[in-house]
Amino acid sequence: MFRKPLRRPRLGIGAAVALSLIAAACGSDDKSSSSTSPASSPAGSPASTPATTPTSSGDAASGDTCVDGDSVELGFLNSTSGVMAISEQTVRDSLMLAAEEINAAGGIFGKQIKFIEEDGQSEPTIFAEKISKLLTEDKVAAVFGGWTSASRKAMLPVVEGANGLLFYPVQYEGLEASKNIYYTGATTNQQIIPAMDFLKSKGVKTLFLAGSDYVFPRTANKIIKQYAKELGIEIVGEEYVPLDSDDWTTQVAKIAAAKPDFVFNTINGSSNVGFIKAYDEAGLGPDNSPIISVSIAEEEAPSMGVDLTGQYAAWNYFESVDSPANTTFITAFQAKYGTDRPTSDPMEAAYTSLYLYKNIVEKAQSFCVDAVNAASGGVTFEAPEGLVTVNGENHHIAKTGLIGQINATNQFDIVWTSDGPIEPDPFLEGYSWWDPNAG
Amino acid sequence: MTTAKKLFKSHGALIAVGVLAYVLLVWAPSSMSAFRLGNLGKYCALALAAMGIGLAWGRGGMLVMGQGVFFGLGGYAMAMHMKLEAAGPGQVPDFMVLYGDGTMPAWWEPFRSGGFTIFAIIALPAVVAYILGFAVLKRRVKGAYLAILTQALAVAFATLLIATIKQTGGFNGLNTFTTFFGHNLYDPEVKKNLYRIAAGLVIVFLVILWQVYRSRYGELLVATRDAEERIRFLGYDPANIKLVAFVLAAIMASIGGAIFVPIAGIISPTNVDAAASILLIAGVALGGRASLLGPALGAIAVGYGRSSLSERFPTQWTYFQGALFIVVILLLPGGTASLWSKLKFSMPKIRSRRMSTSPTTDVELELELEPSTPAEVLA
Amino acid sequence: MNVLTTPFLTGTATGAILLLAALGLTLTFGQMGVINMANGEFLMVGAYAAYVTQQVISSPGLSTVVALPMAFIVAGLLGLLLEVAIIQWMYRRPLDTLLVTVGVSLVLQQLAQDVFGAQGDPVTAPSWLGGRISVFGYEWPHRQLFTIVLALGSLGALSAVLKYSSFGRKIRATVQNRELAETLGVSTRSIDRITFFLGSGMAGVGGVAIALISGTNPTLGTSYIIPAFLVVVVGGVGQLKGTVIAAWAVGVVTAFLTDQISGSWAQVITFALVVIFLTVRPQGLFTVRTRSLA
Repeated sequence: MFRKPLRRPRLGIGAAVALSLIAAACGSDDKSSSSTSPASSPAGSPASTPATTPTSSGDAASGDTCVDGDSVELGFLNSTSGVMAISEQTVRDSLMLAAEEINAAGGIFGKQIKFIEEDGQSEPTIFAEKISKLLTEDKVAAVFGGWTSASRKAMLPVVEGANGLLFYPVQYEGLEASKNIYYTGATTNQQIIPAMDFLKSKGVKTLFLAGSDYVFPRTANKIIKQYAKELGIEIVGEEYVPLDSDDWTTQVAKIAAAKPDFVFNTINGSSNVGFIKAYDEAGLGPDNSPIISVSIAEEEAPSMGVDLTGQYAAWNYFESVDSPANTTFITAFQAKYGTDRPTSDPMEAAYTSLYLYKNIVEKAQSFCVDAVNAASGGVTFEAPEGLVTVNGENHHIAKTGLIGQINATNQFDIVWTSDGPIEPDPFLEGYSWWDPNAG
Repeated sequence: MTTAKKLFKSHGALIAVGVLAYVLLVWAPSSMSAFRLGNLGKYCALALAAMGIGLAWGRGGMLVMGQGVFFGLGGYAMAMHMKLEAAGPGQVPDFMVLYGDGTMPAWWEPFRSGGFTIFAIIALPAVVAYILGFAVLKRRVKGAYLAILTQALAVAFATLLIATIKQTGGFNGLNTFTTFFGHNLYDPEVKKNLYRIAAGLVIVFLVILWQVYRSRYGELLVATRDAEERIRFLGYDPANIKLVAFVLAAIMASIGGAIFVPIAGIISPTNVDAAASILLIAGVALGGRASLLGPALGAIAVGYGRSSLSERFPTQWTYFQGALFIVVILLLPGGTASLWSKLKFSMPKIRSRRMSTSPTTDVELELELEPSTPAEVLA
Repeated sequence: MNVLTTPFLTGTATGAILLLAALGLTLTFGQMGVINMANGEFLMVGAYAAYVTQQVISSPGLSTVVALPMAFIVAGLLGLLLEVAIIQWMYRRPLDTLLVTVGVSLVLQQLAQDVFGAQGDPVTAPSWLGGRISVFGYEWPHRQLFTIVLALGSLGALSAVLKYSSFGRKIRATVQNRELAETLGVSTRSIDRITFFLGSGMAGVGGVAIALISGTNPTLGTSYIIPAFLVVVVGGVGQLKGTVIAAWAVGVVTAFLTDQISGSWAQVITFALVVIFLTVRPQGLFTVRTRSLA
């Protein structure tokens, strides 16, 4: 049983009250390792021994109940229908793998994971409804999922209102931080900016921006344009196509006319196929105008119907990453789902998110949201992509930036690596060229 | 005939509305969890739009497949107001800073006022529907043409919203509201009251529709549906008759959208596009397009089905939705409401007025030449 | 020069796809008043037929050639099945066919997702479609030219069938006056079935062309169905000539607006133009003279 009072605190004061109550409700005995106390937590240690009986003093505040019994319920919220099912099903698969592994190894903090699956149906409104259901009806300890920025934005007020937890596994456009969301995918300074650094190192002078017409590409391109100015790269064109449109012929003709050194591709979903095919048709390719993509991974590369050899992608994980953790991950994944199944960045980020949650809970000695938040800073996991560390202030994780070049087997040869894990900076505060108000 | 029987005959539907009012306004708030009640509130918002479709399609013969547009007009008007409320006086909504340059388009400004917003929720769809309806209906666009045209409109509207990220939030839509006319949206009591408003609106509009359906206008509308040419020969302009229903349906959808937003906490293009409009129609068809209660109950049932089926069978929901359309339209065109009259089929006395529950279509009317409703009504 | 040629040529190719999607619709809509929303899914079926064919015959060149008749037959049979199982019971209420076929399209989409997976499958274009020809400075891909040839070829075959074959005459007779055709001994039931088969098959062929543009995916049909219907309505129901002109016009206007403004706005403005056009001329570009009262 996971209990949470229905009344929500007024954010702000409520959060403070809630935090102070947790210590009282959950008890306090910091056994875990040294944690850098994140800004969002009160002074002192909120970690606790597991509540063996459900705490029920939570009338005035939320989040002060913990899991009792020998299992913990988690919500997996991904679209298994609609246009995003293509991508989100793979995240669901790797979440289930992680749950299975963790359960086999004794569960989280000694409790077996029971997951409740929900379908976000590729609609933001449904995501909002379903996460509300998971948090307030099923009273799950945490929710894992979401893919599009729209789905995350839709879930944000709900998860904050219910003071729940959401682990979001996809690279995104940044400019966001919530105490109730953990972002295990890259923010812009871990993917977009490294990609630009890479282009600069390649001596790129002209760049063309192609994206789907929604928030992620538009925001990413806003950042790219400002950074390009800083780097002295000229933007020679910028084109968007609706998410559900496959016809890129007219726009690709413009790219062919502009003859850029590189194309920065922020297209999402099946629209990529239309883009890549039109690109190929127009006689464009890695030898004259290479593409660097941020949404084409191992999963998508073989489904283009065009040989992508020589094209680039910026991620934080590739199936080709050489690490013992990655070998274990790939072996386990393919044993469960078949050897023909590739692994990709969002899948790895989702897999990592569940393990990170396990590590945080075990450090916090509690499933309480506020205790988890208090303990999260500095928690690490030896992920398939390498060591990742939770940033306690903005709830993103430090990740290594990678650029891969697609080879003939639709795998990525890693051609560029950032100098170690990059600290997440979702609001780009450390970048002097960034001006959020410049159009 | 006894008085009671007579009363039931003339006011039976109203009694049913009363029962529904009891269920929605008394029973549900006291016995459902906050989450389920919120969902029911959303279904009620959809039901308002569905009732409008019932009026336009079931009674007026106009298959309007783009009611999402009007739902969206009301929804976005309300969302803009709440977004400005959340931003605070003189401030700009957060997404305009994130995606744009932090300036607000001038047409947002009036929505700071709650009074203007409520006015816009009614006036905006009315004006749009009037202009559109006037252009289309006067040109005698009907049947499948009207259906496709309105559906294309829904697609265009959703695309327009997606294309204007800086002005409307684009694909993400508008969300993250804090207050509703000054009331804290996280307060469970406020949530309950929002539900009560939604349910109350359903009841109010059911009564209004009941009144409309039994009025002279209501009879004219059905007559226009069944024999438009004949109505024209009798000196009426069918376009005007249909236009009233079209505008009224649009206003109802808009009000539905407006109350949907504070309950759902979000509105996005996927709530207004062609697929959303079709889902509304599914409810109307299921409940019974021409009946008074059918569209509302159908919409609630479809909304509930969508939530609960997708909870239990996350991947199979689409099959259910598809099968619903096929089975209901194929086997039960009058919707569930027609089951009642089907059961009573053995009884010989079915007054032609009651036939209005089994809809006819344009083609049927060409073949069917036996005199029916209009003459009797207009006599 | 390039400013005008590029959207003109790419738009013509887009128009060709719309034409293939709309041919079937104009036949079934014109003849039976049936509004088949599942026609978009026949495009999808055609695309998957191309994919499956390519799995069997790995040479992209040969498999594309084989896929065309395959897609025609598979989609056509599916259309026939739809007619026999559902549509034939609904001829007295054509408006309702619109809603039933919406249901069918949802089922087909989910079915495709369950059979082939949500991830799209690749279809490789044959090497002879990889080249380009230079037209006024625009390097025009062969594939686009192929799409246009395919559409015109299908159109030619269809018109020939309608004009010269005996059931073609019967189809036209049925479109013009169903009752009279029946009176003259035409089995309108079997004519309806053949029409449905032909129309759905055309969509299947269109699906192969789409697979060459964007591969396959379960929801591929949804973005084509409404534009295809607008094409039918603008062209004038049951009018091949009108459908051709409308498809071409919608394709070129969209491409031109895409080029000048953006893809999203192009969609919005094109739809708005269609709505305005129809309020001015609700019967479409051309009208068929029928003896019915409608």
